[in-house]
Amino acid sequence: MVSASTDYGYDSKVEGGVIVSRADAAINWIRTNSMWPMPMGLACCAIELMAVGGARFDIARFGAEVMRFSPRQSDCMIVAGTVTYKMAPQVRRIYDQMAAPKWVIAMGACASSGGMYRSYATLQGVDRIVPVDVYVSGCPPRPEALLDALMKLQAKVRREPAARRLLSA
Amino acid sequence: MSAEFLAALRSRFPQAVDRASADHPAVNVPLAEVGAVLKFLRDEQAFDLLMDVTAIDWAEGANPRFTVVYHLLSTTRAGSYIRVAAPCGGMDEAPVAPSVTGLWPGANWHERECYDMFGIRFEGHPDLRRILMWDGYPYHPLRKEFPLAGIETALPGADVAEETGTQVVAAPMAGGPFVASSGEMNLSEAEPRAKDESWSDRVAQPGQTPLRQVKE
Ligand code: SF4
Repeated sequence: MVSASTDYGYDSKVEGGVIVSRADAAINWIRTNSMWPMPMGLACCAIELMAVGGARFDIARFGAEVMRFSPRQSDCMIVAGTVTYKMAPQVRRIYDQMAAPKWVIAMGACASSGGMYRSYATLQGVDRIVPVDVYVSGCPPRPEALLDALMKLQAKVRREPAARRLLSA
Repeated sequence: MSAEFLAALRSRFPQAVDRASADHPAVNVPLAEVGAVLKFLRDEQAFDLLMDVTAIDWAEGANPRFTVVYHLLSTTRAGSYIRVAAPCGGMDEAPVAPSVTGLWPGANWHERECYDMFGIRFEGHPDLRRILMWDGYPYHPLRKEFPLAGIETALPGADVAEETGTQVVAAPMAGGPFVASSGEMNLSEAEPRAKDESWSDRVAQPGQTPLRQVKE
């Protein structure tokens, strides 16, 4: 019997305790299910980010509940809030300090585009200083929207040629 | 209700004249007197709390161009609140006012904010640095001639600016200001939208470069 999934193969007739998989599938399975966020909570959106961490929405169901306040230990920066120009270099430095592979979610209108702050003090979208993987609309986005973004990011990570990148790095 | 301390103030400082005010009493005093007036109000009239130090920009060409305003509250005499205003000295571009950090240590941050936003130098301030914008920002954003959208300048953090190729840009108004429509229509039509939707920060206005330069 061979499973329909291309991520792993299992044949009980050949050997009872052995699963065959692709390197990409195994690496990406690990990465997607332990994506530790770097909570870049800069404004009101951070309150919704906290709600996502709470029991009702429970981001732990997706393996991303371990908010790391050290960039060295985190995989996914969630920019939740208004990025001012004064804060922008710090956001970029923290991104630079994260170990690869790393991803960025721009949560909310402010982080995605500057939002309603069409002003001299606000960076008009965090994608001007860091590469963004997923944008979440809303002001603030519902917690479900952030969970959806996380699932989208996981789907994206699952498609990455992880093994080839590791070997060529 | 407030007559007593105002009368005392006037008899001590004849230069203090009433200032138009919709709510609390307010006085105009010459800049040279402002320190003495505030000290008198604090020590002899029980105005022990400095609520705010702020400023007014009367726009380019006005004389004096800037006025500093001190807001005082008495925590021991109910309902006593007074504003003291003084025209700034110095040149139009470099106004000066005396610091009151010696009277109220809490004036420190108020005066730094005032300096940051209006460029008023508070003489005698122990640490007059910007407080909201970053050190090295070249403008004072609450001055009348400064546009809300901002002016193109360098990003703080030269290394990050170089690495990302990003700078401080004038915020895209994208056809704004955004206005809501009223009348008989469905809700999504009534939402605030720009008057001119023919351009955005990616699609340039005729004759201009697009505001957003994304590095591919
Ligand atoms: S998008 Fe809205 S809720 Fe989120 S930080 Fe900006 S203003 Fe606050």
